[in-house]
Amino acid sequence: MVVPVAFFAVFFAYPVTAIVGRGLKAGGDWQFGRLGEVLARPDILDVLWFTTWQALASTALTLLIALPGAYVFARFDFPGKQLLRAVVTVPFVLPTVVVGTAFLALLGRGGLLDEAWGVRLDTTVWAILLAHVFFNYAVVVRTVGGLWSQLDPRQEEAARVLGAGRFAAFRRVTLPALAPAVAAAALMVFLFTFTSFGVVQILGGPAYATLEVEVYRQTAQLLDLPTAAVLTLVQFAAVGGILAVHAVTVRRRERALKLVDPARTSRRPRGAGQWTLLGGVLLTALLLILLPLGVLVERSFDGADGTGGYGFGYYRALQSAGSGGSSTFLVPPLEAVGNSLRYALVATLIALVVGGLAAAALTRRAGPLVRGFDALLMLPLGVSAVTVGFGFLITLDEPPLDLRTSWILVPLAQALVGVPFVVRTMLPVLRAVDDRLREAAAVLGASPLRAWREVDLPLVRRAVLVAAGFAFAVSLGEFGATVFIARPDNPTLPVAVARLLGRSGELNYGQAMALSTVLMLVCAASLLLLERIRTDRSGEF
Amino acid sequence: MNTTTKYAATALAAALGVTVLAGCGDDGSAGSGESKGPASKTVTLVSHDSFNVSDKVLKAFTKETGYKVEILKSGDAGAALNQEILTKGSPRGDVFFGVDNTLLSRALDNGLFTAYEAKGLDTVAAETQTDEKRRVTPVDTGDICVNYDKKFFADKKLAPPKTFEDLLKPAYKNLLVTENAASSSPGLGFLLGTIATQGEDGYEAYWKKLKANGVKVVDGWEQAYNEEFSGSAGGKKAKADRPLVVSYASSPPVEVLYADPQPKEAPTGVATGTCFRQTEYAGLLTGAKNEAGGKALLDFMISKTFQEDMPLNMFVNPVVKDATLPELFMKFGEKVDTPPTVAPEKISANREQWIQSWQSLVLK
Repeated sequence: MVVPVAFFAVFFAYPVTAIVGRGLKAGGDWQFGRLGEVLARPDILDVLWFTTWQALASTALTLLIALPGAYVFARFDFPGKQLLRAVVTVPFVLPTVVVGTAFLALLGRGGLLDEAWGVRLDTTVWAILLAHVFFNYAVVVRTVGGLWSQLDPRQEEAARVLGAGRFAAFRRVTLPALAPAVAAAALMVFLFTFTSFGVVQILGGPAYATLEVEVYRQTAQLLDLPTAAVLTLVQFAAVGGILAVHAVTVRRRERALKLVDPARTSRRPRGAGQWTLLGGVLLTALLLILLPLGVLVERSFDGADGTGGYGFGYYRALQSAGSGGSSTFLVPPLEAVGNSLRYALVATLIALVVGGLAAAALTRRAGPLVRGFDALLMLPLGVSAVTVGFGFLITLDEPPLDLRTSWILVPLAQALVGVPFVVRTMLPVLRAVDDRLREAAAVLGASPLRAWREVDLPLVRRAVLVAAGFAFAVSLGEFGATVFIARPDNPTLPVAVARLLGRSGELNYGQAMALSTVLMLVCAASLLLLERIRTDRSGEF
Repeated sequence: MNTTTKYAATALAAALGVTVLAGCGDDGSAGSGESKGPASKTVTLVSHDSFNVSDKVLKAFTKETGYKVEILKSGDAGAALNQEILTKGSPRGDVFFGVDNTLLSRALDNGLFTAYEAKGLDTVAAETQTDEKRRVTPVDTGDICVNYDKKFFADKKLAPPKTFEDLLKPAYKNLLVTENAASSSPGLGFLLGTIATQGEDGYEAYWKKLKANGVKVVDGWEQAYNEEFSGSAGGKKAKADRPLVVSYASSPPVEVLYADPQPKEAPTGVATGTCFRQTEYAGLLTGAKNEAGGKALLDFMISKTFQEDMPLNMFVNPVVKDATLPELFMKFGEKVDTPPTVAPEKISANREQWIQSWQSLVLK
């Protein structure tokens, strides 16, 4: 408990408090009057209103599109299921710079909709909503589908034998069991879309801004710290509220349900209806997820053979430091892959230690204080990266903690985002370990170490691996905080992609697409690996 | 308690496994972060993400002075400057490069820099030396101008626009894409260009007409140039349909440099009457740990070696009068003679208000 508390105090609470305090303090006095002042501004109210309604709409749309997917993944067996489950999760861990570009290609001019019906959705709210579905599809599929696959279908069948109609059986038996998982997924999607940054910035154009975008603008562009501080507090309060509700639904979900091995609940689809459903879901996943990703891949080959045809030219260019003695980097862009992997490994390690200890502490103890801590661990997901990044700058500036230019700051910032995933994956598994097993081992003469090794380790090992994989993938894709951290020039993959996109020229653009494809493949590979070691009790992501 | 320890051990054991892996490849990044060594041997340059310099030029500096340069990049120009302001007095480096004339007074008002007259300042173009107190040294200039897609105008047998006034003509309706002046530096430059030419009283009327003529505003340069502009490599792939974009006078040579094979002619051109001149400055940070090294670096930045290296790395123009431009710039670049500009003090006094009124005029 001490390690995670200290970690969060030093690398999260302290920097965030300091930067907010800097904004709200003038000449040593707190200026809470600012709160009312800022919140009365019509442009700020517009931002608040847009943030809320787009998050609600995005959540509803995501549930609508992803719930059938959750059902299909839970109940049906089909070839390529594992691969597809990994693929639909890729967007979730991809950096938004990459996704924004891909999505624009799909929904913008010359995109699929444009070619077919002349409809263009860029800079409309529809583009934002669809991109949010793209990002969060996996949250619903994994959270709801994970539980659904473990519900015993025989319960529903029993209800039907007793005379209930198909729908009534679903409504009375399955739905109540699923409801908390659906609520938890919906709340997570709401949290992610409420704090959406890159998607809104790229696809929404200058006309739309969420709170998070506005905090960025006020801090990084205008240096209006008071306004940024007020907005950070507002977002903080909202996120705190969402997390509190989430904590309640999660606890309800952990209520004993009769769970079975998912391998026994899924089978091949039977009959035209089920095949149609499966086909429909696969088509949706194809259109919504594979198509934008495919556009990236296509553009990474397009025009790269020197004559305008397809080729590997951009990938080859990634290995050199640039033509004509100049480059966007001092090192070949491909080295960013190595940097990213190293940072992500260290971040995973930190996230595992901090998150593992936190999960262990949360398993053993209860009470409002600990539950509060549970929610606190999730807060980094809802606090703007620019707040954290700028907070680092003004707090970690004295030895022994003058880390502002140290490489370790990058994995530390990434770990902040990874920890919630570790905790949420490990917690249900740890809570499920029956204490009586340990007692039995002790009675039979096992030393505490041996009891741990024989009882606990086998049960949690897989969860640790899954948690590690998630933390790793999330760290790889982390962009927001990393971009604000100055370090001797060794950019991570997402930062390198952003820098390449920030320059004109065909080779730069092509290399950005190629590097995005590389990032996508690395993410997909680590997620596919996870599919192989899935725990029998799936986590919440 | 006991069990907690056990879980801790589990987590640690798992973590250690990862450490071993991480350890294998971590030498590079760990080394460069901690390689400060004796403070006097390293000089640290803080800049924005677009900063670039050739490796051999850095080596020349080390050979000349004995100082090794460490480069820290953080975010775009505005964000990088604001981070310096936040860390004022306890800076992360010795020299900051990348504050331009649109933000200069914000840096100076905050007392970010210590005055130092760099050696060789007399070789630097006089019009760029705006700070009499020598708190900053001009390093480069760049022109923000409307770029056009040559093929589009050739196909349509239409002459590309040349001036700000031309952009209002019906022939160019729905052709121009620009950036949000509130969040993008070329966007702000273009707005300032209209203020410089149309006057503080006339620019609002100009923008009303520009809006009526179908100008499109996107958030950043990346989208405007790579996704909306039909003349760029990215735009061609994206089937972009706007043949006019607010970019830089140096964008055409870049299109040539980063094409394979390199074309005989740049695919894009510059409307030379639509430019706004930006000057970028560097300065010695107040509280720098290695002041002597910082001063040497500033001297070096206006040396011919550094100045002649810049164009192909950052696509900007040297400020040193006798620096030779690379052939690529001479051949494919457009020389902009006397672009309008606005004095830094005036920008600083009015920036927020101009942006506000621009936003309510153009975005709403």
